[in-house]
Amino acid sequence: MKTFKLGGVHPAENKLSAGSPIREANLPKQAIFSMFQHIGAPAKPVVKKGDVVKVGTLLGEAGGFVSAPIYSSVSGKVTKVDVALDASDTRRMAVYVDVEGDEWEESIDRSTTLEKLSAHPELDSKTIIEKIKTAGIVGMGGATFPCHVKLCPPPGCKAECVIINAVECEPYLTADHRLMLEHADEILEGVECIMKAVDVTRGYIGIENNKPDAIALMTEKAKNHPNIEVVPLKVKYPQGGEKQLIDAVIGREVPAPPAIPINVGAVVQNVGTAFAIYQAVMKNKPLIDRVITVTGKSVKNPSNLLARLGTPFQQLIDECGGLPEDTGKIIGGGPMMGKALLSLEVPMTKGSSGLLIMNEKDARRATPDPCIRCGKCVNVCPMGLEPYLLATVSSQHDWETSENNDIVSCIECGSCQFTCPSHRPLLDNIRLGKSTVMGIIRARNAK
Amino acid sequence: MSKLIVSLSPHVHSGDSVQKNMYGVCIALVPALIASLWFFGIGAAIVLATSVISCVFFEWAIAKFLLRLPNCTVCDGSAVLTGLLLGFNLPSNLPVWIIIIGALVAIGIGKMTYGGLGCNPFNPALVGRVFLLISFPVQMTSWPVPGQLTAMGADVVTAATPLALLASGHLDELPEATDLLFGNVGGSLGEVSALCLLLGCAFMIWRKIITWHIPVSIIATVAVLSGILYAADPTTYVSPLVQVLSGGLILGACFMATDYVSSPMTHKGQLIYGVCIGFLTVLIRLWGAYPEGMSFAILIMNAFTPLINTYCKPKRFGEVAKKGGKK
Repeated sequence: MKTFKLGGVHPAENKLSAGSPIREANLPKQAIFSMFQHIGAPAKPVVKKGDVVKVGTLLGEAGGFVSAPIYSSVSGKVTKVDVALDASDTRRMAVYVDVEGDEWEESIDRSTTLEKLSAHPELDSKTIIEKIKTAGIVGMGGATFPCHVKLCPPPGCKAECVIINAVECEPYLTADHRLMLEHADEILEGVECIMKAVDVTRGYIGIENNKPDAIALMTEKAKNHPNIEVVPLKVKYPQGGEKQLIDAVIGREVPAPPAIPINVGAVVQNVGTAFAIYQAVMKNKPLIDRVITVTGKSVKNPSNLLARLGTPFQQLIDECGGLPEDTGKIIGGGPMMGKALLSLEVPMTKGSSGLLIMNEKDARRATPDPCIRCGKCVNVCPMGLEPYLLATVSSQHDWETSENNDIVSCIECGSCQFTCPSHRPLLDNIRLGKSTVMGIIRARNAK
Repeated sequence: MSKLIVSLSPHVHSGDSVQKNMYGVCIALVPALIASLWFFGIGAAIVLATSVISCVFFEWAIAKFLLRLPNCTVCDGSAVLTGLLLGFNLPSNLPVWIIIIGALVAIGIGKMTYGGLGCNPFNPALVGRVFLLISFPVQMTSWPVPGQLTAMGADVVTAATPLALLASGHLDELPEATDLLFGNVGGSLGEVSALCLLLGCAFMIWRKIITWHIPVSIIATVAVLSGILYAADPTTYVSPLVQVLSGGLILGACFMATDYVSSPMTHKGQLIYGVCIGFLTVLIRLWGAYPEGMSFAILIMNAFTPLINTYCKPKRFGEVAKKGGKK
């Protein structure tokens, strides 16, 4: 069975909510729409206090090419345009909407009938990309990179295949898994849209074999799509990393930065993104909701909720049995790469794949011991780096050595720190070094 | 809600720890420990107990009174392991006071002078052993004949080890390979039963405490090199099987050279390190002044570890594609 070549770890899967079907979350009383729901320039608010909005009304327009517009996911009245604490633990510009009723913009097709791309020859590559761009779709695996940017290859590059990331290698998270079981046809149409957008005839869906039901269903449904192949993958973290997935599925390694996947002919999109693309292209629906896994060992009903963007996390937890007594840490995303949240008032955004409640015992980090130079971090690094060295030189602010040892190749997957027997904060230090070195490189190139 | 913990990812850990690795090696040494008690009896017990207790004591005392470290590292099991390994490198009739000196050198000079756990460039147990070998050559090279379960001190009958026979040219008196395998020969505690040591080594590889690279490269190098010499002239050189199974080779290859702190980080580096140790061992055994070359070979290569780490980088992701040029 296929997998990526270098390194990797096997964290306990803890897919507690795998058997729980997606259910719709209640509408919030107040929704908060951060203008920073993606990588790149923030969206610019186009509404003001007192404006009446519907589901699908534009709240913020894209702030540049690498950016995405933001739509209201509720109907009601804009109460203020002000800063709000968001999932990146920063206070940033946001639009507050008090919810009244549930009125949708008429342009959105809310029917559940399956629309096939093959039935719409008028949808050419350009139209599809334009629709995706207008819908504000970003990478929904958590990276939140504006989707249309990836679909417009830089000059000289040609996409050869589309790879759909349905790996969901983060422990606990099951949103993508449930989405595949319940919306297989729509996802496959979404993949067809992406393939048409980048003009390729080859599509792969990579799924780890801890989801045999999803592999079986998708393989069965893909029989109607001869160009799409479901690729079962051996369970190994971080297979959902873009570069690791490309290596696992088509056996090509993306060179060190600044090279990107398109340099080896691959366009990678998350399975949730494929579903959102289907809705945007075939149903005219902007990105206003998503499936989020609310889970944790002490959570009463670990669930997969289809929730409107802007819903405060507090409400999502309340719908899953309330915040447990022993809560020590609340994580937006999965346990390997997610961010610890400062508060439950934070609203969910386009990149919210999970809400993980950790109990106090699990949440605490152990005291670090001295490095015993066991080399385990080197063995598990999926990028072939030397985490022990990078962490040490970064902590000593030796940026030159950090750069010479390829610190910018780090994908921050956390495998090194996960595996370190001395519980050393390797990734904390490497992050510091990586961001500093990237700043230095940018400054040098700007000269 | 006021007490939420906020830290950077990853938020989970494998559960591995320094203790688990150190005590894992200790568990891997149990078969060899039982073999040494079986062959050398009470003498082995005294040597091992003295060595372990004094290593732990010196580590605790130095950390607490000399270095005044806030967190004492005695509980992590590394001192126990150093003590066990030092004990395995000594003959069973060694006087207790010499063992204590060895432990002081191993822990004090070999480890704590450099700053304690993780900082020592050389394997502490080997520093202790080599110090004793040079300082007390007579006591350190009179190897008791196995099977004297209750004999102690001066009553113990001693004999030359296979390697000493080899160095002095008494090839005809060499023991059979099967005796070497099961341990029915003279030597230091841990040198006797190759089988038990290999069992422990397999355990460590299974538990992912070590990888196969260092032990296999050392043993393979010694076997190939001595095999070539044996094929060239069987009257002067012994068979590779005897070379591999005798002396501290298996103990060194599986337990001493694989010491995390003093061995290279990458697999490529570990293979280079292993091959060099094997090469040096054969050189010292056949043409050096000492019959046993393993300890010196490991210590010499320990000194090269930082250099190996500097030049043996792991293969970076995407490197092949870069060299491929086109894409």
